[in-house]
Amino acid sequence: MIEIKDLHKSYRMGSNSLHVLKGINFTAESGELVAIMGSSGSGKSTLLNILGMLDEADSGDYTLDGVPIKNLNETKAAKYRNKFLGFIFQSFNLINYKSALENVALPLYYQRIPRKERQERAMKYLGQVGLKEWAHHLPSELSGGQKQRVAIARAMAAEPKVLLADEPTGALDSTTSYEVMDLIQKINDQGNTILVVTHEDDIAHMCKRIIHLKDGVIEKDEKVTQVRASQYV
Amino acid sequence: MNFIFDKNTWQEIFGSIGKNKTRTIITVIGVLWGIFIYIALSGSAKGLDNGFEKAFETVAMNSMFVWAQQTSMPYEGFKTGRQLQLKMGDVTVLQNRVPAIQNIAPRNAKGVFGDEPALVVNGQKSGNYSIYGDYPVFTKIATKKIYDRGRFINDDDIDQTRKVCVIGERTQSELFNKDEDPIGAYIRIDDIYFQIVGVHKFTPGGGFETDSDIYIPFTTYRKLYNTGDNVGWLTIAAYDDADVVQAEADVKTVLKRIHRVDPGDERAFGSFNLGEVFNRIVGFAKGMTFLSLVVGIATILAGVIGIGNILLISVKERTKELGVRRALGATPNEVKSQIILESVFLTVIAGIMGIILGAGTLSLINGFTEGADFPYANPTVPIPYVLGALVIMVVLGTLIGLIPAQRAVSIKPIDALREE
Repeated sequence: MIEIKDLHKSYRMGSNSLHVLKGINFTAESGELVAIMGSSGSGKSTLLNILGMLDEADSGDYTLDGVPIKNLNETKAAKYRNKFLGFIFQSFNLINYKSALENVALPLYYQRIPRKERQERAMKYLGQVGLKEWAHHLPSELSGGQKQRVAIARAMAAEPKVLLADEPTGALDSTTSYEVMDLIQKINDQGNTILVVTHEDDIAHMCKRIIHLKDGVIEKDEKVTQVRASQYV
Repeated sequence: MNFIFDKNTWQEIFGSIGKNKTRTIITVIGVLWGIFIYIALSGSAKGLDNGFEKAFETVAMNSMFVWAQQTSMPYEGFKTGRQLQLKMGDVTVLQNRVPAIQNIAPRNAKGVFGDEPALVVNGQKSGNYSIYGDYPVFTKIATKKIYDRGRFINDDDIDQTRKVCVIGERTQSELFNKDEDPIGAYIRIDDIYFQIVGVHKFTPGGGFETDSDIYIPFTTYRKLYNTGDNVGWLTIAAYDDADVVQAEADVKTVLKRIHRVDPGDERAFGSFNLGEVFNRIVGFAKGMTFLSLVVGIATILAGVIGIGNILLISVKERTKELGVRRALGATPNEVKSQIILESVFLTVIAGIMGIILGAGTLSLINGFTEGADFPYANPTVPIPYVLGALVIMVVLGTLIGLIPAQRAVSIKPIDALREE
């Protein structure tokens, strides 16, 4: 599903450049649930941004579902993001003047799906995250956990190939974190590929594979026995 | 284009402009004010224009009066201070020598320039009124509105020296009872009986006439007051495309030659050039229209710039939201067109409200000035002006929207998302 080869990325900071990713190689198969771990500055967010086509690598190859991701202009990147990727952010990033349903329907709007179908599909995914009754509430009327579930529904709505979660539990308490991870596991059980960036050990162990990043290189890539989040809920 | 009619596009727009209602309203007021000023000013200018036009509608716009005075220079043996007198013969000479003249009407009057008015009697009623000796051609220069069944003096009246007269509406009300029909009745003017053939309505503008003047045929006047070949003054209308100022100068030059006056004598003949005055007024009205256009458009511009400014702030505030949208798959063009559409939408809404408000104000002013003695009538803004203003607003709204739109997409989505 995801294939990256010898990925390099450096940021220019005035006169000196900061080499953030120093040759990353990894492959993720379809249906995998991968945690990317590392301390701050290890390059994990940069890696995720490159995977999410929000940023571009200096060198190296990136293939997503057989499509080489290279030399994208903004319009093409936007189309690929819409088609291939679902984003889950640490700070939810819901649009605060839109109801939960409208937030979930937004990626479908950019796919030019007719309004009625959009609403139906958005409702279906809201139901999957258990927030059907909250469909017409504004984000400000939802709790943190609910907001993240709306965000997950939104990421799912476009039926992407890969879900990218950047510290999805970073702003949540542990009980809510486990609820969210439970949801992510369930989505993964349906066969979706998910990448989770986290620095929390327990969250990482709820994935099936952990990639440890350190100073821009992969330090360790291990398969782990998945801890089901449902047992904590 | 589909996207303009998509309900969701509009939901997006309402959502984002509804976020800060107070600010949106104040912004809208900026443009609304601009278009309001534009409509109110250009409508008023048009009203003033119409008002002047109405005030002068009874007189040929390029007409003038010429009368004789005293010479101020000795010439060909004549001493200075000689009293000049226009003669009937001058009329033919002028017509032949000055091609710019369309119509020329010699006139005589009694009771206008300080001399005693005529005593007019109808049975027990009497009054003193000014008497004019006129040719029918006079109505081609200054229209006289004649009431029902009546007529003005005609050529037969002149040829046969008929004792007929046209009286004014005030003369009628003073000499006749209300239910009396003056047409066909006889009145006594300076002891001679005249049959009334018409009653004229007083129309203001252009001269010294009043609503009580009595017109009689020029030839009858000559006999009645024994004026011989003398002419009181000439009323001259130039052709529409002629230069009235030049025509006036030509007329005076010819008159000076006929009457053997020094060509440099400025005081020998007096004149009043209505055309020149009128041209000045038309110029003034045109200036007003132009000024109102400039001021109006400048105000609209200021308002639209205000909208651009607010959208720029709004885009800055929404950086993160726009980042999210782009992460979800909004292309830069979609983001841009949304912001431009917001700008155009605000501008057009404000514009329409301003047009309605301006039109309302104009009709209000019109109501107040309807009966008043003020040159102001039927203030209108031509539809092309209104449409033009709307087009200008849409164009300006788009152009000004381009700035925040460009700003919105110039930030990379990743930076937009990072912004807190």
